[in-house]
Amino acid sequence: MAEPLDDYIDAVSKALALPVEEAWRPVVRANLEVSLRLARLVDEFALPDETEPAPVFTA
Amino acid sequence: MTTNPEMNAADIAKAVTGGKLSALDAIEAALARIKLHDGILNSFTDVTADRARAKARAIDADVAAGKEVGPLAGVPFAVKNLFDVTGLATRAGSKINRDLAPAKRDATLIERMEAAGAVLVGALNMGEYAYDFTGENVHDGPSRNPHDTTRMSGGSSGGSGSAVGGALVPIALGSDTNGSIRVPSSFCGIFGLKPTYGRLSRARSFPFVASFDHLGPFARSVTDLALAYDAMQGPDADDAACTTRGLEPTLPLLANPVSDLRIAIAGGYFQNNLFPEAVEAVSRVAKALGATRVVDVPEAARARAAAYVISTTEGASLHLDRLRKRPNDFDPAVRDRLIAGAMVPAPLVDRAQKFRRWYRAQFAEVFKSVDVLIAPATPCTAPKLGQVNFKLDGVELPVRANIGIHTQPISFVGLPVVAVPVPLEPLPIGVQIICAPWREDIALRVAYALEKMGVAAAPAPRGL
Repeated sequence: MAEPLDDYIDAVSKALALPVEEAWRPVVRANLEVSLRLARLVDEFALPDETEPAPVFTA
Repeated sequence: MTTNPEMNAADIAKAVTGGKLSALDAIEAALARIKLHDGILNSFTDVTADRARAKARAIDADVAAGKEVGPLAGVPFAVKNLFDVTGLATRAGSKINRDLAPAKRDATLIERMEAAGAVLVGALNMGEYAYDFTGENVHDGPSRNPHDTTRMSGGSSGGSGSAVGGALVPIALGSDTNGSIRVPSSFCGIFGLKPTYGRLSRARSFPFVASFDHLGPFARSVTDLALAYDAMQGPDADDAACTTRGLEPTLPLLANPVSDLRIAIAGGYFQNNLFPEAVEAVSRVAKALGATRVVDVPEAARARAAAYVISTTEGASLHLDRLRKRPNDFDPAVRDRLIAGAMVPAPLVDRAQKFRRWYRAQFAEVFKSVDVLIAPATPCTAPKLGQVNFKLDGVELPVRANIGIHTQPISFVGLPVVAVPVPLEPLPIGVQIICAPWREDIALRVAYALEKMGVAAAPAPRGL
């Protein structure tokens, strides 16, 4: 049965011309789930609209 | 005079400069020790013996002629194999990069070490493309822990930790993106310096995550660490992120008292997910420094999450074409993480970078009332090679992803850190001495005080 992220992985794989063989898919998916979970944690944190990235750390 | 394995860089340089030891003898001793032990440790991928002997002979000729030979005269050192070494393909722990043309020029930091009289003896094993905390490598085999060769050296600068921990060389250079200097320092029981982001040039080293990549030294004593660091400072137009600040030598400041410093223990996030050894090591360091105040750094878990997201996406961007053309030549574990990284939507990466600025401001607040923060370097002592899981706070977690949980929120905002080894039995473990940007001098001063008190020390290799 297809996992929820499989369609997304297929679409990005095509868009980036990045091969994902079937044998790799479960690990790629597991890694993507971790990345998205952690990214969500950052996303949930409200930042002012004016916040800019910190490109080069000059402190 | 002959060398012994415990002889530090400062002693070697002093003996060479004073004509009591030839640089060639110092180098031959290191080469012999590499030959004797590296079959087990697997820390070196290349030994540059001919080059080293030629350089040593030139130093000896200069000493004989009464010329200045530099503060690291005759000191053998080695570099993680992501540094360009003239004549070698910069493999960066990979199979793919072995097809690159040999480097035409040394990395800036090698040039600066050699300008100070140090002698490069080789390149060191590392985790593939630095995306690693274990020191294991599917192409070259694992670098091994010098205190128990069935255990991890830590990564990704595993060979650097193993070679210095095994006393094959007194100084090595490595890189730290999320903890790759501090983790091997912790597992191998040595001192490691991750300087402020932008402090040391990364020119002619193979990158990983441009936002977080740092280079720095490993050593068996704080004096050696400072000697190497001071020799490598200075602006470099070949690294876009390298600071234009002038030299700020730390060696003359090492012995200054630490009693006037405001030292605190990092609380909250940094006191969770720890094995008892890590708690004990932080406690010993705090007690020795008289630190009782606990300071919480807000949102460290989110900082670690943001560091993870930026690392996996910038890493994916760096390797995108190699992932398309040669996916089967990667370590499958690295490849599958990088492919996943390429699939993280861009707005989430942008938010992670914006969060970085917010988090940096929190640290700036902390450093208004604190000069030094103490935190664990790793949650545990060196795990077994190949170990997949460990239990942290009652939860079974993957080892690979969690070794660096206490280092990532610090390199995320580029703060300078000295990892100091606490020589627990049966295995050492490191503690991070964290300071405000550009205050490597304070971190080194505190490390030196801990070394003098006997609280921090690089134990003799027990596994050889």
